[in-house]
Amino acid sequence: MQIFTVKRKFYPHYTKSLLVLTVIVGAIAILTSGFRLNSSMETEGGENPIKRDSVASVAAFMKVYTVLMSPRCMNCHPAGDIPLQGDDGHLHTMSPKRGKDGHGLYAMKCNNCHQPTNTPGLNTPPGNPKWALPPSEMKMVFQGKTARELALQIRDYNRNGHKNKQQLLAHARDTLVKAGWHMGEGRAAPPLSYSAFVKAWDTWIEKGLYAPAK
Amino acid sequence: MIKLTINRKTYETDVDPNTPLLWVLRDTIGLVGTKYGCGVAQCGACVVHLNGEAVRSCVTKLSRVAEQQVTTIEGLSENNDHPLQKAWMELDVSQCGYCQAGQIMSAAVLLRENANPTDEDIDNALEGNICRCGTYLRIQKAIHLAAEIQRKS
Repeated sequence: MQIFTVKRKFYPHYTKSLLVLTVIVGAIAILTSGFRLNSSMETEGGENPIKRDSVASVAAFMKVYTVLMSPRCMNCHPAGDIPLQGDDGHLHTMSPKRGKDGHGLYAMKCNNCHQPTNTPGLNTPPGNPKWALPPSEMKMVFQGKTARELALQIRDYNRNGHKNKQQLLAHARDTLVKAGWHMGEGRAAPPLSYSAFVKAWDTWIEKGLYAPAK
Repeated sequence: MIKLTINRKTYETDVDPNTPLLWVLRDTIGLVGTKYGCGVAQCGACVVHLNGEAVRSCVTKLSRVAEQQVTTIEGLSENNDHPLQKAWMELDVSQCGYCQAGQIMSAAVLLRENANPTDEDIDNALEGNICRCGTYLRIQKAIHLAAEIQRKS
């Protein structure tokens, strides 16, 4: 008796189907994984469209704007490379320069005079361990900006010191930002209390980071 | 007790940690080369080095310099032979001399970071040091000369 062996062509046909299925499933998995870039302006858990409110967001930013354009903030966010000084925002006496890293130059570095804490008395240097300007490659200028320009700048990852949404929220809690409300003798406080500023800041961000029309 | 190193010597003191370094240097330790000009960090007469960086000792608290290295004009060199000191003597820069310790200490930071400074670099570095006698041009010339002495040595 002759025995015939028939080879079944099983593997090539089903392998091809299996490969196609794997690619499709993999693509679906990647698209639904929810991975995000570090520059994302979404909060953890994804953007909730119900939370976005352009009217509330813009109203909140207009409050934030009054603080950011006050001397306590704008003096260290100048348009030029010399910080501003005083409630009238004159050029800082002795003309210290920004330098590449924002910490000044040579014997005129910021913390040569600005100590870790305020120096007591009138006309003495206010202090904070992080006293500095923004670096020259990202000046983060406030001076001369309209509300719209400033909002667009602050929410732009490439122009705001590379801060994503979470980092923007955290920035209002930064020690150097808080120093604006511990300004030392003879200096006017910002137009909002710190808690009111943080509330407006958070609202602007959480309601969608909308920029005013002007 | 607070320990600090001044001109490579270690000192211990029980002075209030909030005392400006200037008074510790002058009154406690007896190093009177560093001068009091304004007391509010606006004249530069009190400049000393803290870990190599210029600070204004009239507003720098003792607590900030604890366990740190401080250098005053007396300690800038062993034998008054720092290039700046040589240049200052050669060009007879000082008039009353009151601001000059601060001028030299600020210039020393400049020359350490920039061996060939331009006039603009000198202005940027020394703008916070005021001279009531108006020796600014001689200071500028002396810094250029010191840079040359430094390059040759």
